[in-house]
Amino acid sequence: MAGQKVKLYQAGTFVVGNRLLEPGERTVQARMDRSNSLTSGHRACQGCGEALGARYVLDAAMRATDGKLIAANATGCLEVFSTPFPESSWQLPWVHSLFGNAPAVASGVAAALRVKGREDVRVIGQGGDGGTVDIGFGCLSGMFERGDDVFFVCYDNEAYMNTGVQRSGATPPAARTANTKPIGEHPGNAFGQGKDMPRIAIAHGIPYVATATVADLHDLERKVERAMELHGPRYLHLFVPCPLGWGAQARDTIKIARLVRETGLFPVFEAEHGEVTSVAKIRRRVPVEEYLRPQRRYAHLFGEHGHPEIVARLQAMADENIRRYGLLR
Amino acid sequence: MNGKPYAITLDVGSSLANKTGNWRTERAVYVDRMPPCNDACPAGENIQAWLYEAEDGNGGYERAWRKLMEDNPLPAIMGRVCYHPCETACNRAQLDEGVGIHAVERFIGDEAIRHGWRVEVEAEPSGKRVLVVGAGPSGLSAAYHLALLGHAVTIYEAGPMAGGMMRFGIPQYRLPRDVLDAEVQRILDLGIGLELNRKVENAEEEMREGGFDAAFLAVGAHIGRRAYVPAGEAERILDAVSLLESMEGEERPRLGRRVAVYGGGDTAMDAARTARRLGATDAVVVYRRTRDRMPAHEFEVEEAAQEGVKMKWLSTVKRFEQGRLVLERMELDESGFPQPTGEVEELATDSLVLALGQEADLSLLEGVAGIEVADGVVQVGPNMMTGHAGIFAGGDMVPAERTVTVGVGHGKRAARNIDGWLRGEPHEPGPRHRLADFDSLNTWYYSDAPRAEQPRLEAARRASSFAEVVGGLDADNALYEARRCLSCGNCFSCDNCYGVCPDNAVIKLGAPGERYEIDLDFCKGCGLCVAECPCGAIEMVPEEV
Repeated sequence: MAGQKVKLYQAGTFVVGNRLLEPGERTVQARMDRSNSLTSGHRACQGCGEALGARYVLDAAMRATDGKLIAANATGCLEVFSTPFPESSWQLPWVHSLFGNAPAVASGVAAALRVKGREDVRVIGQGGDGGTVDIGFGCLSGMFERGDDVFFVCYDNEAYMNTGVQRSGATPPAARTANTKPIGEHPGNAFGQGKDMPRIAIAHGIPYVATATVADLHDLERKVERAMELHGPRYLHLFVPCPLGWGAQARDTIKIARLVRETGLFPVFEAEHGEVTSVAKIRRRVPVEEYLRPQRRYAHLFGEHGHPEIVARLQAMADENIRRYGLLR
Repeated sequence: MNGKPYAITLDVGSSLANKTGNWRTERAVYVDRMPPCNDACPAGENIQAWLYEAEDGNGGYERAWRKLMEDNPLPAIMGRVCYHPCETACNRAQLDEGVGIHAVERFIGDEAIRHGWRVEVEAEPSGKRVLVVGAGPSGLSAAYHLALLGHAVTIYEAGPMAGGMMRFGIPQYRLPRDVLDAEVQRILDLGIGLELNRKVENAEEEMREGGFDAAFLAVGAHIGRRAYVPAGEAERILDAVSLLESMEGEERPRLGRRVAVYGGGDTAMDAARTARRLGATDAVVVYRRTRDRMPAHEFEVEEAAQEGVKMKWLSTVKRFEQGRLVLERMELDESGFPQPTGEVEELATDSLVLALGQEADLSLLEGVAGIEVADGVVQVGPNMMTGHAGIFAGGDMVPAERTVTVGVGHGKRAARNIDGWLRGEPHEPGPRHRLADFDSLNTWYYSDAPRAEQPRLEAARRASSFAEVVGGLDADNALYEARRCLSCGNCFSCDNCYGVCPDNAVIKLGAPGERYEIDLDFCKGCGLCVAECPCGAIEMVPEEV
């Protein structure tokens, strides 16, 4: 250690702001002039990860585009809780059409802007995991394939929450939903099904694909900024806990998002033109059990009639992610 | 029909009309909690607050020093000699290692001396005169605080120099005298009178003769406790207090080559380490119990061992004759009390130093009405006042742990109570905040950072020199160490609450330090801000239904 200069900023970039950092090194969320793109009064549940994630993403994108941003929204919680007619929480031009066509609507907006010569105005498409990986899947894939200039964000809360917590293609194995009951020999959602949307996006060879969670704001904002620097189809898959659908405490939303990365169950990385270019390393590795336990959707795995063999399979999935993406330091 | 576009019947509204605050059953409330360091500090320092200032570096050091000086006028000394119970209590100790608070305090104290920072008396003169007896840590602290409160203070000191045990008890290798002199002088510069070689025979008479309105007595405990050791007439026996005191004189005491120290406290270690420096080849500490029962602090024992001091555990001194010390081996009984075994051994010894504790000279209180003495110390109330109205006492002469820091704390507390007593408005200490324990923190947010170590003088060089053993941190390391603080229970403007609220219901009031407010119109009571506050400075409170 002798002679070595160690820079330490108390809470570093783990926190939102940090007075010891230069203002430019703090997050957009720390700014008093953040745009609050999704403002107060929305009807999302207490501790909603999706509401939080949407503000994080859009505020960062608004700053990156100097406020010249249009959003196209799929049907889902985000759309319903933000716009009960005639109220709106959106502080930017925002359009909703159908459940499955948000990527196509966004493509259309981008095309119209191009025709009008408004290349300064940028377009975001956004939806939940149902609207993205299931119902809007074809539109999204087409948007990728055509090279449309849209940044599409999937707020992944791992089920159809708006309609009552039904399974989606993004629901993880073993999770309880309204139609994957925790009963029988294989309780909860089946193993071996579902879609790994970020990898599917990478397979399209588009300019930019990234994953993130609402627990690491600096990482998330940096990725949004990077996406807005690029043109063409870009995709962000954001992990947003749902306290209601997952049976978790409202106050634990960020903790759960933190734990999912620290277990390896949700790898955080970015890719450009089909190649993974960076991964967020695990800081303090924890067993999957620590992530699963605070969520009642996994309650059937524990206790007297628990399923340690299923926990072991989930752990194996986490371990496989850690190996595949090199998540350890 | 209504002038609106097709299928639109209402004007566009904002969700701000929807006050989601009425969903709430609990509300988030900002709090300040008592950090464990502050809670443990015998001098009542607001450690978290001065570290917060120091974390800025540069100009922050002076602000930190000023914050520190509100409670303790001796930061450079404190950073060297305090046994820092704050670091034992520090929550960071449960994460990696406690923050090196004393090292930062020392750095700030040294900066103040280097730059000549001073404090000024801002209070109006009260017209009251207060006598302080004893210019040790407690007396100096009381004089400082009394002077800041506007009183005219005079110190009577029996010894030839100010400092008390800081000068006549703590060896120079732990506290260089230039540091001591600088901090004492800064206190005296507030206009405090100091009369040296002025032993007070009767406190009450002195007060009357000098026209003092109140007195604070802090004469310390300077008399080395003796034990009867059968010894030949030629054998050299002295007590540790006298030995350490004589180190400040012109002539160095002669101890011989083989020195035995009898006792197991910090003073015994100081005496043995001093003996080594005076040229003793063998310095042996004789203690009747085992190391784990030794009252001396761990680091003192360790540093002594590094310097070649030997320890003889489970031994008592039977007699001392013809240059031989006869020791009897002891055994601990079930209650941990040492019992003689009858086995003896001999130790060739030139001098025996007794370090068996100290007693206070309370003769100045003889005949003073209302004074209560028990177990050799003066009894005082929570306000530090003795049974005699207007006479207060503190430091080693009252029942308490005998450390510099405790003395400084007594001085402060006494000063505030004397002030209240003189003004006829009893001093009311503010309410104590609830403790910020480790479980109230979210430690994820703190950077990993092992403790910065202070440089230490090589053991080989210590045996021949009274140079300071432990070095100070440099500016980089001091800043680093300050920033290891978790700011337990007190907002440090990280913006987490402002960032993590899904409902934008946290209002940021301004620049760092200006804090936040909950927007109760929209707070749904989810508790995310509470869960993600790193330092536990927000709590949920049930709404009245």
